Amino acid sequence: MFNNIAELVNQAETQNKKIYEIMIEQEIKVTGLSKEEVIHKMKDNYMVMKAAIEKGIQGVTSKSGMTGGDAKKLSDYRNRGKYLTDYTLISAICYAVATNEVNASMGLICATPTAGSSGVLPAVMFAAQEKLKVDEETIIKHMFTAGAIGYIIANNASISGAAGGCQAEVGSASAMAAAAVTELAGGTPTQAAHAMAIAIKNMLGLSCDPVAGLVEVPCIKRNAAGAVNAFAAAEMALAGVESRIPWDEVISAMYRIGLSMPIALKETALGGLAATETGRCWRMKIQ
Amino acid sequence: MKYKSVFDIMGPIMVGPSSSHTAGAVRIGQIARRIFGMEPEEIHIHFYGSFAETYKGHATDIAVIAGLLNFETDDSRIRDAIEIAKKKGIHIKFYTEEMVPAHPNTLQIKLVKGNEILELTGVSVGGGAVQITELNGFDLNLSGENPAMLIYHIDAYGVIASVAGILANYKINISKMNVSRIEKNSMALMVIETDQVIQEEILKEISMKDNVKKVYVLAS
Repeated sequence: MFNNIAELVNQAETQNKKIYEIMIEQEIKVTGLSKEEVIHKMKDNYMVMKAAIEKGIQGVTSKSGMTGGDAKKLSDYRNRGKYLTDYTLISAICYAVATNEVNASMGLICATPTAGSSGVLPAVMFAAQEKLKVDEETIIKHMFTAGAIGYIIANNASISGAAGGCQAEVGSASAMAAAAVTELAGGTPTQAAHAMAIAIKNMLGLSCDPVAGLVEVPCIKRNAAGAVNAFAAAEMALAGVESRIPWDEVISAMYRIGLSMPIALKETALGGLAATETGRCWRMKIQ
Repeated sequence: MKYKSVFDIMGPIMVGPSSSHTAGAVRIGQIARRIFGMEPEEIHIHFYGSFAETYKGHATDIAVIAGLLNFETDDSRIRDAIEIAKKKGIHIKFYTEEMVPAHPNTLQIKLVKGNEILELTGVSVGGGAVQITELNGFDLNLSGENPAMLIYHIDAYGVIASVAGILANYKINISKMNVSRIEKNSMALMVIETDQVIQEEILKEISMKDNVKKVYVLAS
């Protein structure tokens, strides 16, 4: 059993295992399920994530009518081949938006760790899968690396926007994705932990100020930012860059920032973007 | 540790847009329906706090009706739940309340069929997890994640022991138990969460015990 990142990394490094192996072993112990059953459950999540991306790219509209169609724009833009950065990054941006547009349209998604932040991990994993040309099974295994990180953050801090702001939702999702993609690209458990810490640090203090209280603005585009941030953190960690603040201290900082954030910035739709003139107009229109 | 399984973090697979305002509301509706044990003729939903503010945008109204139709959180019919219920002839009414609840995501459900009435208060605590806090005037604390039995009985000595005895005979382990009463010697509600599923024969045996008035079962 592990209670924090230091214990998780220590177990993985001393047993010469990957983080996902430690997580799978613990899951088997806790639930009494077999290894095959545990992996199968994750495969179900993987299939839902994949289907959501495919659906979002075709173009969906949210129930409120406030958002939709941007994933299709991004996909067309990518297919035209004239983009600023590179294929992997633009794909990640597109997939993150696609997943969250499907969420806003009352489509099927896998809450990872929440519905509002459900686009980050699939975006990073599917973009990396295409880049690294790895099979489905490998991606599914590395999703347990993401799960291990989320499990520790959820138990030691928070994954709820109402409790900790967006840093706890998209921030946590970005950290989970950063660790998973680092390990997927051949990084060590220690490097994965650094990627996690770097990703969270870059998202500390992020407010949860959704317009009209809906999981749309700024949530959908923020998922794309979470995905790109995960790649930035992973690249740094793979290059040997380390977090100056120890991993678990970063998580605890996120928790304390969440506690001290004003209530107006924690999913109440009372502050920030929700309180702008246009934000208020949308609220009137929808209620 | 609050969260025990990796799938508490990676999941649930659900219809969007919000784990607390949509998936959680489906779960509360589903628990109410399963305790009621039949399709209601009338549904009255009262929204409090954040639910009262944002229930339309998050489709909390649609979600709770979906739960009351016994749909799962990943059922694609959720978005059409209100139309489906209306086609079945179910009378639905929503109310927004100004009273500030202990938890921002609180809703109250009243179900009616003939003379049968069920009133239940539920809270969506985050990530799709819920707590049922009140049932027909009794305080309780039920997550709906484990099999549970709800037993209405007269507040008298020996009832708890006799129920626990039957469960022990069937090798059913109690994981959590709560008893509440309105006043001394009147009616009481015993809520027992178990590790194993409670079979029909056990239910029958318990409902025949002295002072036991009614037994509901909630499979997880």
